[in-house]
Amino acid sequence: MRVEVRFAGFGGQGIIRSGLILSMAACIFSDKNAVQTQSYGPESRGGSCKSEVVISDGEIDFPRVYEPDILVIMSQEAYSRHVKNPKKGAIILVDPNMVAERNDPNNAKIYEIPATEIAGKMGKKIIANVVMLGALTEISHIVDPEAMKNAILQNVPKGTEDLNMAAFEKGAEYGRNVSMQRSAKTLS
Amino acid sequence: MGMKKKSRSVLSGVHFLSGDLACAEGAIAAGCRFFGGYPITPATEIAERMARRMPEVEGIYVQMEDEIGAIAAVIGASYAGKKAMTATSGPGFSLMQENIGLAVMTEAPLVIVDIMRGGPSTGQPTMPGQQDVMQAKWGSHGDYEIIALTPSSVQEMFDLTIECFNLSEIYRVPVMLLADEIIGHMWERVEIPPAKEIATINRKKPDVSPNEYLPFKPDQNLVPPMACFGEGYHFHATGLTHDETGTPKTVSIEEQSKLVKRLCEKIRKNVDKIVKVEEVMLEDADVAVLAYGITSRAALSAVRKARSIGIKAGLLRLITIWPFPEKLVANIAQQVQAIIVPEMNCGQLVREVERAAKTTAVSLLSKLGEDPHRPIEIVKALRKVTK
Repeated sequence: MRVEVRFAGFGGQGIIRSGLILSMAACIFSDKNAVQTQSYGPESRGGSCKSEVVISDGEIDFPRVYEPDILVIMSQEAYSRHVKNPKKGAIILVDPNMVAERNDPNNAKIYEIPATEIAGKMGKKIIANVVMLGALTEISHIVDPEAMKNAILQNVPKGTEDLNMAAFEKGAEYGRNVSMQRSAKTLS
Repeated sequence: MGMKKKSRSVLSGVHFLSGDLACAEGAIAAGCRFFGGYPITPATEIAERMARRMPEVEGIYVQMEDEIGAIAAVIGASYAGKKAMTATSGPGFSLMQENIGLAVMTEAPLVIVDIMRGGPSTGQPTMPGQQDVMQAKWGSHGDYEIIALTPSSVQEMFDLTIECFNLSEIYRVPVMLLADEIIGHMWERVEIPPAKEIATINRKKPDVSPNEYLPFKPDQNLVPPMACFGEGYHFHATGLTHDETGTPKTVSIEEQSKLVKRLCEKIRKNVDKIVKVEEVMLEDADVAVLAYGITSRAALSAVRKARSIGIKAGLLRLITIWPFPEKLVANIAQQVQAIIVPEMNCGQLVREVERAAKTTAVSLLSKLGEDPHRPIEIVKALRKVTK
């Protein structure tokens, strides 16, 4: 079973790092194969940026992602470029404060995660990507929370572990809530 | 020192690494102890890793003023007895070409890593390409042969870097690792074996005294045993045509012919020993895809998809692209109706395939920019030729 994930935003948001953390969570801290590829412009920071992860129980031949099962969108440009024709039933996480103009497709499951705002309230906007990873873990169950947390700890600077774990938990909590709201809506 | 430093040279175990980082680790495991470089996207991570790792293994990292200096330093280090490497991308690779000729002429074993980005010129620094394939073979002037390997996974960035060093030491020739940006920047699982399971080869040393030593007298394999500077063997190495003593012979028809032919023959005569390919589902194939590097991963996926819809497709993945595996391609060409060659350029290696395939139809699938071929595009091409 092949699962394709794409993170998109601009350089400096930790987009590439997010892909790396997810793929490590799957490959090193779970029993799966994973490949991460990336694409960014020469300006690195501020330019559009994407990071793609393929997770599979078996061998992964082609590493790029064309029809993501999961999309994480953290900028207007990323939204405009990647949310047009999603795969049917795709899970799409959007940071609503970073995307002003939206025209949500109705064949996908859209979740609004104000990751940048949550991170800002914690005093560090830069950890928005980890908030997003928390939400992603709870909504998609693509890897276990423990695997994701271990991968985060391997990827953050020394001294920031507690802050990053707190960001993960905030995101996870938010993700759990929006998930429950969605299932409640579906039932009613 | 001693044990602790030694144990840091092979980081045995399972890792999650990028292609660039795995390449650096492969180099260190192969015994590389000198890196002369100049950073350039998308090869910078190799230099960064080597800058950090060389001091840990008693090696030397030198950041030179440019790529011309980088390759020059690597030639010097090789002659001083070190296993030496540089890593670059298209624009830097262009600057290195003149001194690659010097390395060929002086038979300096060394490894050049080219993480190919979009060219020509400065092109697209962060985007992939396979546009340096012909430059790797023909970039410097004169007639010569080199060896070039093309990895298609992060594991191969590790394994083939070791292979590059081994081949360079055996044949005393610059060996190139030609990877594309996607493979260089891709992260994947890598297994680094225990040090004792890694086969490393060192250049053959002279078995005669300094008085009797002829520095460019070949052995049976057409490769001269190599004494290094500082080992008591005094000799002259030059870019000029030279005889077996290393003395310039700038007008001798005989020496020009003898030397240049040997430089080519030492590779050409050993093609069968050098060449490595991977064959997938070719036994009963009606049509073949020939690919290397990142496009071979799209091709593998395409061949599997094609099989699932009843097309008898197979994949010939080239691991060695120079010397070109002509015989192998010719054999496969006799068996199949057509060969499809996806490349991230306007058609480079396809020319070699056409030459080897003779009357069998060969078609190029060209792709430029951010993404390699989608597997479905290759499936379409397979459908077309099998109709």
